Amino acid sequence: MAGTVSTLAHVARHRQRRSLGDPRWVRVALIGAALLFVALFLVVPLAAVFVEALRKGLGPYFAAFADKDAQAAIRLTFLAAGVAVPLNLVFGVAAAWAVAKFEFRGKALLVSLIELPFAVSPVISGLVYVLLFGAQGWFGPYLGAGDHPWLGAWLNARDIQILFAVPGIVLATVFVTFPFVARELIPLMQAQGKEEELAALTLGASGWQTFWRVTVPNIKWGLFYGVVLCNARAMGEFGAVSVVSGHIRGQTNTIPLHVEILYNEYNIQAAFAVASLLTLLALVTLVLKNIVEWRHRRAIEAAAAADLRQYAQ
Amino acid sequence: MPFRPRRSVLPGFGLSLGFTLAYLGLVILLPLAAVFVKTSGMSWPDFWAAVSSPRVIASYQLTFGASFLAALFNVPCGVMLAWVLVRYEFPGRKLVDALVDLPFALPTAVAGIAFTAIYAKNGWFGQWLEPQGIKVAYTALGVWLVLTFIGLPFVVRTVQPILEELEPELEEAAATLGATRGQTFRRVILPALRPAIITGFALAFARAIGEYGSVVFIAGNRPMHTEITPLLIITKLEQYDYKGATALASVLLVGSFGLLFFIQLSQRRARRAHA
Repeated sequence: MAGTVSTLAHVARHRQRRSLGDPRWVRVALIGAALLFVALFLVVPLAAVFVEALRKGLGPYFAAFADKDAQAAIRLTFLAAGVAVPLNLVFGVAAAWAVAKFEFRGKALLVSLIELPFAVSPVISGLVYVLLFGAQGWFGPYLGAGDHPWLGAWLNARDIQILFAVPGIVLATVFVTFPFVARELIPLMQAQGKEEELAALTLGASGWQTFWRVTVPNIKWGLFYGVVLCNARAMGEFGAVSVVSGHIRGQTNTIPLHVEILYNEYNIQAAFAVASLLTLLALVTLVLKNIVEWRHRRAIEAAAAADLRQYAQ
Repeated sequence: MPFRPRRSVLPGFGLSLGFTLAYLGLVILLPLAAVFVKTSGMSWPDFWAAVSSPRVIASYQLTFGASFLAALFNVPCGVMLAWVLVRYEFPGRKLVDALVDLPFALPTAVAGIAFTAIYAKNGWFGQWLEPQGIKVAYTALGVWLVLTFIGLPFVVRTVQPILEELEPELEEAAATLGATRGQTFRRVILPALRPAIITGFALAFARAIGEYGSVVFIAGNRPMHTEITPLLIITKLEQYDYKGATALASVLLVGSFGLLFFIQLSQRRARRAHA
């Protein structure tokens, strides 16, 4: 459902800017009000993170990262994102290939279902895995026999713990980051059509050659864009991971969960120090996003200019 | 578009669609189905008791009420921000444009502790507001505040492209026919933006209903007063009340899927009106 928001396809449209004779006082008042809104809701919270993090100076700031539990949390976050992002990348490419290059019944429904996780509360994204794997984890005995005994028994026999362990965290992360790459690629590949691929096939390229040499170069920026957004969500996810984590310090805490623990222990400065790491990640994400959009716009303007030159000749 | 036969020269249809459906089913649909399977296993009186106790009703009021008001507040602010970004040149415009996406990129827990620090009794704003009798942190006002932050990009980003594509001739014609700037905005520009505004509002509303990470820090989480429904789901899980948690989850899911359906319906209608 967030598909209407911030896709590259929007950037592709030509930007038109005219201040159609609004009186000067209207302009100044609106710009002032908009800047005040942005300052209150975006700039001040951003500043607060870094001010609180550096309140006691650089020593305690870096000490927050030297902590063994903090490092374990950082490692786990990288692990979860390292599994979730590639999985959803492969899925995104496959889904976009099927949706953009072929016609089939139920396509609109499929696209809606792909965006479904955006409409699911993060808490519910975690809850679903408690319902699926709860028969086995710590709380197994509290569950009725009707709760997917086959799955629980199968895993139990192999001594695999999903819930309140690393696999549960990875699964919850996969769930919440599921649509990001597909959502970027589907409109992009639909706009590009399939003429170039058909030309490559006609010239004798195999299916995979066509994919790697024609499709991938065409979608690489959209791919990168989706991966950046997917990764930001994977590393920052809180609610879903919180439900399945079990909050074992040094073992099942991701960076956001570590921030929560520090904050609830009134270790405010350390909480903000670790939070500043996530904030930097968010800022890097925004910078990369804007670079991709800028490059994309340039590419489209260049293509349009080339078209014009062709017609002029 | 004319109907094309299913067979195509391009390879990989079976592989890509097969993988897509299998992965979608395994990762998303099967787990979500568990919620409804579990809920349907409850008897009607049990279900009704779980989703209508006074504490649960109070959590709905806060969750849906604060989400609605936050999305509503984002409508005029988002339209204004989109207008300023598209129509005016001013120093820092590109920076502001980039910053609008911050709520998408910033982890919700970070937003939660940052807002709490600002509006707590000794915070930057809290120390001025509390003596005036305005308590923000640990009240419903704080919940509304972070939900406004969470929903901020939606209206801006849905309205912005429509505003960029709006034909300036329409406004010029209105002005030529003697309309004032205010009349032109109300009668010409606003109707063109209406579908985008409704979509942005509904997206912000749906996002806020499920929000958890930012709210738990600033809400104070007092039962009956500042406890949101997603938190109540977690509380029930921690008390091993899996059925109660699942029943609440199905209520939230029906609410947000309903909104999603509404969004798709209104977008389809807008597209048809366009064509």
